[in-house]
Amino acid sequence: MIAHSIFFYAFSLIAIISAIMVTASKNTVHSVFFLILDFISISCLFIMIGAEFLGMIMLIVYVGAVAVLFLFVVMMLNVAQQKNQWFAAKDSSKHIPIGLIISTLIFVEIIIVIGGWKYKPEIFDINNSLTQFSVSNTHSLGKILYTDYIHVFQISGMILLVAMIGAIVLTFRQRAGVKRQSYIKQISRERVEGVEVLEVETNKGVRIDD
Amino acid sequence: MTEIGLGHYLTLGAIIFSIGVIGIFLNRKNIIVILMSIELILLAVNINLVSFSIFLGDLAGQVFTLFILTVAAAEAAIGLAIIVVYFRNSGTIRVEEIDRLKG
Repeated sequence: MIAHSIFFYAFSLIAIISAIMVTASKNTVHSVFFLILDFISISCLFIMIGAEFLGMIMLIVYVGAVAVLFLFVVMMLNVAQQKNQWFAAKDSSKHIPIGLIISTLIFVEIIIVIGGWKYKPEIFDINNSLTQFSVSNTHSLGKILYTDYIHVFQISGMILLVAMIGAIVLTFRQRAGVKRQSYIKQISRERVEGVEVLEVETNKGVRIDD
Repeated sequence: MTEIGLGHYLTLGAIIFSIGVIGIFLNRKNIIVILMSIELILLAVNINLVSFSIFLGDLAGQVFTLFILTVAAAEAAIGLAIIVVYFRNSGTIRVEEIDRLKG
């Protein structure tokens, strides 16, 4: 139990410090790296309390895909000159007290809710309870994901498809002056416009492409 | 202190949520950092769902965390695509210079 609490405090301290550094670091690339550190420590916490599948999925999805996507965009957009210095700029100083007040209020409200929260005794009568500990977390998650939540699962797949198509459509651009292959033109060619039979006279030759 | 309960995880989620909100409010330079703060907020929500799911013994929280992961990935992809298109059109992604709506 001591080891559990030591690991919890270590990982959560790393997570909090790196979350602060995400918002406060001057360089955008550094904040992406701190975001990666944050995700890694939170997924370690997930694995520690017994949600192994979600911890691994968070590593794959966030660290492997989303953070690399952020890095690509940061490096594509040439934001090297646009340093992130919210405490140094004087025109942004009027936002700092408002933001601090609002976020502190949110934090205090959540803490009050947590402090006054108690278990209700009948909350344990739930269908999907983790009563059998013989099966692993992934096994039991898969059992209810493909049976009870199959429609939501399919809808999330549709959301991913729509997001993929949307991202491609948003960033697609047609440049002028670049020759492209057109399948429609290629397929719809007729014999009449492609082939021509000519009478070649002796000693004259034929001109092509005039 | 040494017994780690549900309250510890919820407090961690609250702290990360508040840091994400601070990041949205205080960042005036770069809109990518705002997207990263939104990711932090979603992460805090995931911490809440997973810890409730573990401590109450109900798997529905973890299933919903999966769906939140899906939606967060889609949102990051779309948001970054919009940022790329905006940068291509106007040449800047500073927050104080994006004022076409005069809000």
